[in-house]
Amino acid sequence: MAAADEGLGLTWERGVAAVGLDLARRTVALADGRQLPFDGLVIATGARARTLPGTDGLAGVHALRTLDDALAVRAAVEAGGRLVVVGAGFIGAEVAASCRSRGGDVAMVEPLPAPLARVLGAPMGQVVADLHRDHGVELHLGVGVERLEGDGHVERVVLADGQVLDAEVVVVGIGVIPNTEWLEGSGVELADGVVCDETTLVAPGVVACGDVARWPNRLYDEVMRVEHWEHALDMAAHAARRLLAQDRGEPGEAFAPVPFFWSDQYDRKIQLAGRVRPDDEVAVVAGSLDERRFCALYGRDGRVVGALTMNMPAKVIRYRRQIAEGLGWDDALAAAAGS
Amino acid sequence: MRVVVDFDLCESNAVCMGIAPEVFEVRDDDFLYVLQEEPDEGLRPKVEEAAARCPKQAIAIEG
Ligand code: SF4
Repeated sequence: MAAADEGLGLTWERGVAAVGLDLARRTVALADGRQLPFDGLVIATGARARTLPGTDGLAGVHALRTLDDALAVRAAVEAGGRLVVVGAGFIGAEVAASCRSRGGDVAMVEPLPAPLARVLGAPMGQVVADLHRDHGVELHLGVGVERLEGDGHVERVVLADGQVLDAEVVVVGIGVIPNTEWLEGSGVELADGVVCDETTLVAPGVVACGDVARWPNRLYDEVMRVEHWEHALDMAAHAARRLLAQDRGEPGEAFAPVPFFWSDQYDRKIQLAGRVRPDDEVAVVAGSLDERRFCALYGRDGRVVGALTMNMPAKVIRYRRQIAEGLGWDDALAAAAGS
Repeated sequence: MRVVVDFDLCESNAVCMGIAPEVFEVRDDDFLYVLQEEPDEGLRPKVEEAAARCPKQAIAIEG
């Protein structure tokens, strides 16, 4: 980003952590003892990968956060090592797909009944389960991990039901923890993230964005925290506008996006626009689940709340816009039937 | 302004279409089509945003 920030008058403070916030004096405390004064503050401290308890110091166990993680996992898999993936969320499912596509021996363990079940619901998660099964991933669904075993280096993954899986390398993708410890006691409200108002404002002159921020999305009538790539960009831009609006004495606008993500697994592109719940109604409106090329809509209270596609990218983008405009469930089904 | 897409990089995720549907369209065959290779200057902010947002950095703007 060297070129992008040229001429902006930015001063980087690299390699030094923020350790405290004083809202009254309007300063951020740094780990080296300095106090940085501010007029406006953007909290964007993100989140870190959750780890499995008791795996510190066990070699061969990785999160997937850094290039080194990725290189180590690839090297182990290419050397013929058996990979066990713990957690079938995005990280887990994508790692499983990438390593299987390289011919690796892969097992994946997930306590929920299907991969991506938390974000897609169980029925659509089943489609993803079948995708992985057909590509030769050994799936263990509906069962958690009890512990990892090994002498210095991981050798086995023991499941809650007593099954034992051999493992030379383990990738753990079991979610994230927002980095908010430095804000404890500052008066900023913390609840699995930094709590903002619907405009992204945390306190006067203070905004938050990205993985760390939890805010009420009025489009969904839900307080959410979103960890996707697009979201980090969109919310950052909104938070910046919010700070500037305050400078000009203008009220802030609500941040009410239709969340959007995609995930490439094997030769399938899975894209979801929206925010869905396990008990939403689901209807396939184009393509078919069997072909694994389809568009499914999720409905709640007469509205479309999400559109999921597998290898139908144009559809999901169009629905994203329509969902933002308040697309009705019946209208959407009628339109899809007529097209 | 000339819009050039590197189709070897493009993965048809339609992010650009979400931002500048006047210029970018992913069709039902899952391929990206550039609707206007030399769009109006008025579209420059949108096209620049699409180029910046493209996860594959597949969009170049010449001129
Ligand atoms: S955003 Fe980039 S990768 Fe996606 S369709 Fe457009 S050009 Fe292709």
